[in-house]
This record gives sequence, C-alpha cells and structure tokens, in this order.
Amino acid sequence: MNLQRRFLIAVPYAWLLLLFFIPFVIVLKIALSNIALAIPPYEPTFSWSEGWSGLVAFLRQLDFENFVFLTQDSLYWKAYLSSLQIAFFSTVLTLLVGFPIALGMANAPERWRPMLMLMIILPFWTSFLIRIYSWMGILNQEGLLNQLFLWVGVIDDPLKMLNTNFAVYIGIVYTYLPFMVLPIYATLEKLNPALLEAAEDLGCNHTQSFWLVTVPLSKPGVIAGCFLVFIPALGEFVIPSLLGGSQTLMIGKVLWEEFFSNRDWPVASAVAIVLLLILIVPIILFQRNEQKQREAET
Amino acid sequence: METQTASGNALAPWEDANAKPLITFRDVSKRFGAFTAIEALDLSIYKGEFFALLGPSGCGKTTLMRMLAGFEKPTTGSILLDGIDIANVPPHKRAVNMMFQSYALFPHLTVAENIAFGLKRTTMAKADIAARVEEMLKLVQLENFAARRPHQISGGQQQRVALARALARAPKLLLLDEPLAALDKKLRQDTQFELVDIQEKTDTTFVIVTHDQEEAMTVATRIAVMDHGRLVQVDSPDRIYETPNSVYVADFIGDVNILRGRGHTRADGKVEITWADGQPKLIGTSGESLNNTECALAVRPEKIAISSTQPAQDANALQGAIHDIAYLGNTSTYHVRLSNGQILKAQETNSQRISKRKYTWEEEVWLSWNETAGVVLTR
Repeated sequence: MNLQRRFLIAVPYAWLLLLFFIPFVIVLKIALSNIALAIPPYEPTFSWSEGWSGLVAFLRQLDFENFVFLTQDSLYWKAYLSSLQIAFFSTVLTLLVGFPIALGMANAPERWRPMLMLMIILPFWTSFLIRIYSWMGILNQEGLLNQLFLWVGVIDDPLKMLNTNFAVYIGIVYTYLPFMVLPIYATLEKLNPALLEAAEDLGCNHTQSFWLVTVPLSKPGVIAGCFLVFIPALGEFVIPSLLGGSQTLMIGKVLWEEFFSNRDWPVASAVAIVLLLILIVPIILFQRNEQKQREAET
Repeated sequence: METQTASGNALAPWEDANAKPLITFRDVSKRFGAFTAIEALDLSIYKGEFFALLGPSGCGKTTLMRMLAGFEKPTTGSILLDGIDIANVPPHKRAVNMMFQSYALFPHLTVAENIAFGLKRTTMAKADIAARVEEMLKLVQLENFAARRPHQISGGQQQRVALARALARAPKLLLLDEPLAALDKKLRQDTQFELVDIQEKTDTTFVIVTHDQEEAMTVATRIAVMDHGRLVQVDSPDRIYETPNSVYVADFIGDVNILRGRGHTRADGKVEITWADGQPKLIGTSGESLNNTECALAVRPEKIAISSTQPAQDANALQGAIHDIAYLGNTSTYHVRLSNGQILKAQETNSQRISKRKYTWEEEVWLSWNETAGVVLTR
C-alpha cells in the first residue's frame, strides 16, 4: 500500500478519532468521576505534571458509581423506556404519514417531482427552533387549531394539546418527516414500472401488486427512513421540552436537567453514555441495511 | 395466389375462410392526445400462430401489443379474444400473459417464486403449483437455478425465467415484447429456435414485437409489417421477402435495390420500365396493368448475377464499375456504380477462397437478372 492510499484512508479515521473517539473518552472519563463543587464541577482532574504515579492515582479514583446510581433511581430507566416508546410510536406514525407522500411523489409526473421534492425540503430552510415555536402557537389553548375547532363547532371548550405527549408526537412526526419521505421516495422512484405491469399481467389487482411488489421492494428505503427517524427521536430534547408537559419523560430532557439544573456533570455523562449504548444497536442495524442495499445494487 | 382446399389448411389458418380467429382487431384506433399510434386497424390472428409485429420504433407495434395485454384501451374499435370483446377486461383478468422487454423479473423473489407468482393468484392447489413450476423450469432448462435470485443468473437465463413465468398460467395468448433484444447475437440466434420449439411444445399462440427483421423471419409463421400505425403487409415470411407489396416493405426486409421509373405493360404481359437516361429499359412482371405508371423495380442483391462479359440469357443487363466490395465471409456484396451514378448491390456466395476472387475495384462488370427476379411495385 502506497503513501497516497494510506493518507486517503487516514483522513476519515483521523476525523472519527478527533471528533468522535476523543470526545467520547472525555465524556466517559467524566462519567466515571465524582461530582465536586469546583471548576470543572467534578473530580479527579488529571494533570501531566505528576507523571506516571499521578496517572495511576488518577485512574484509581475513577469508578462506576454513577452508572450504579442510574439503576437505583427509577427516574432514569423510566425515562429511557418512555423515550424508546415515544421514539418507536413516532417512527411508526412518521412511516404511516411519509409512505403515502413518497408514493405520491414517485407516481407524480416527472416534471412535478423537483417541485414536490423542494416542498419536502423547504421547511429545513427555516430554523428548527422557530418551527417548533410556531407549533406552540398552533397547539396552545388559544391557538389556531383550538380556534378553528371552536369556530367549526366540533368542541365547546378548548382542548389541551400543548404540553402533552400528543404535542410531542406531532412535533417529532413533523420534524422528521423528510427523513422518512426521502429514502422511501428514492427506492420507489427506482422501481421499474414494468414490475407493476408484470404483477398485474400475472393476475394481481392494484392492492395485491402494491403489497406483493411495491412494499417489498421499498423495504430498504422504509428501513433507512425508520432508523433516520428513530435514532434522533430517541435522544430528542428540544421537542419534548418545548411541546411536552411535565409528565413527558424523555431521556434528552433528563440529561439536560442533570447538566444545567443539577450541574451534575458526571451523572449527565453517564446518562449520555448509556443513551449511546442503546443507540449503537439501531445504528449497527442501519449500517447493515445500507450495506445490504449497496450489495444488492451492484 | 393459389386457393387452399375447402377443408382448410392447418398450417395456414389465415388462408381458410372458415377458420375462427383467436384475436380480431376491428377498426381499432388508438390516439394519445393529438398523436395517432394506431389508425383504423383490422387484423386477425389464429390459434397456434407465431405472429410477428415488425416495424421501426414508433410504428405502433408496442401499442398494439399493450392493447392486447390490457395496459392500453383502444380509442375506437374493438378487440375480440375468442369472440369476446376484451376492451374493458383489466390485464389481471385476461387469459393473456406478457414477457416484458426488460423481463421485469421480481428481484426480491427467487426464480421458482417468480414462476409461481402468477399461479399463486389462481385457485390452484399448492402441490399443483409446485408441480407446474417444476414443469416450467424443465421446459426452459433451469431446474438447477430454482433457488437463485434474478441478479444471480445470466441475461440469457433471465430471459428464460421471464418466458417460463409468462407461460406458467397457460395463457391463450403469449405476448413477447422484443424478447431477445438484450441478448448478444450468438445467444439470440440459438434462443430464436428455442422459442419456436417452446411455442410448438406448449401449443400457445405467440405474438412477438420486434424491430429485427431477421428475428421475425426466423420465428414467425406470419409477419405484420407496420408503419405509422398502419399494417403495410401481413404475410408469411417468404412472401414478405419475395413478394413485398410496397417499396416500404421491400426496403425494410433485407437488402434490396430499388430502381425507380415509369412502367408500361406490354402486349406479352411483361412490364417495361423506363428509368434512367442512357440505361436500357428494365423488364419485370406484375399482376397489375401499368400504363406509364410511376413504379419501382425491387431486386434483391442475391438475385443479381455479376459477370465480366455481357450475359446472353438474362432479360436485364446493366454495365457498371465496381465501387466497393463488402466481404462478409460467406458472401461478398459488390457495390456497382452505373453510368448514371446509381449504385446497385449484387451478392455472390464465396464458394472459393478469397485469393481467387474474380473481380476487383474499378473493374467494369455486367449485372444481370431475369424478368421474374425483381418485383414491380407501384406503392
């Protein structure tokens, strides 16, 4: 292997080392430390000046106490579980909304498709935070939706929608919809229309050909879309804290509170490490799906 | 043309007035917006035929086939299958199956599952489906590939899976859309004979769409030559080749020399064509009576003899110089330029080694053919 190739391979690894692995080690180190009233708010701190014996003494002080603490207080595992649940159901909801959109786009006349694609991407051009704030305006007691319902006469008293899990689902589905639509659209657009004609020719009505041909062949896109929604939704912090209520328990929110309200960096770091460990499973599955798809295409 | 016996002709049902066609197109037109794909077309296809729709791209042959499959509806007119109008029968309810140009094999299913796909949509019992799939795999000699996915087999094998899948439901009519276009030449030739073989074995009516005249000639019992949404000629391959009804058909099928002029029927029934200044009149035969009518004499290159001295016996003889020689191995085509500048092609079989070739570039030669070698065409 010549130098040039070594260099090419070294670039992504250096990137991962610098921006993923080193920060991860730092967070892990904090997670193994103890809280302290100091700057930074944990101990021990490591300094190079004490040499080898200093390093050994430093390592001796690290322990798994914070991780043990996470198992003792039910708040944490409840938050993890509730996050998993919210992420799972919002992924399903996003799929249910996103698949028909992707299908409609793929079946639209070719000249419309760039326009439709633009409409899917357009919300990204506005700040995410502003978009979530506008949902607060839509969902609150005096919000647009309640006013509309009152005006139509469906309800007599305004509904409490903001600061509920319902609002969190709306926020997640709305925010992550493009991540679901785009990969599904990409697989559906590649679908050879002759395959559907062949299915019809061989005795399928439209419903059958949809379930027997369209759905199985869009599977890679569906899987990719689901992971792209599930993974960020699991650690979501902004949406539950702005749209969710006090009863909305999500691990991202817990992490934020540990860090900023309790100033307990070590426990916050431990929460983050466990979240990462939970996320590794879907991330690995996602990567395997991507690889399988690449292999199928070659 | 000679008339067939009253009892009918099993090999050429289209010549039997009493034969009932399997497919009948009655005054069928198809328009896409302002574009007319098929124009007032009448056609009958009989059971057991291997019928070829031949024409350049955009001539309407694919539209015609898609109407048979049910993917397009005729704008006007009706299509009868076994005497029943199928215009409003959706594709999945027709006893017609199609083999797609791209094969359209389901990539997520194995070879066996692809073949079973259409059978599973019927009420057929599971064991019978398995037996039928086995039978189909045997028919196309793919028994050992049942568990493979389409991308794991070669193009020729994919083509056979597509054929087996389309035949599995034992359709009354099998449509083949450019079935061999994706194969290389050698494989294509072998497959052509295989197709004919399978057609005979399964006793299914085949309709093939192709732009390859050689393919149509090889496989078909009858060929319909199409142009701009119309049928120009529907006939058996030998008649299409030997007695084309128009310059278009003569030119589309095989190689041909077209000599345009004005024809006049003589007292002895032969046609005399005046065609170029300083060139002798051409003699041909025609069923029609011509009276200074614009016409063309179409002569196939292989029917023209080439010699270094003026031949005595042939009715037509033209002198020219050899302009080019196309050596094709088994034959050589001589391009001979006449004094009026027109180039005629004459083909000779290379029965001797090339070192003994008789003629060379710029050599003066005579081209000759008898009066029945060419066809006088008025269209």
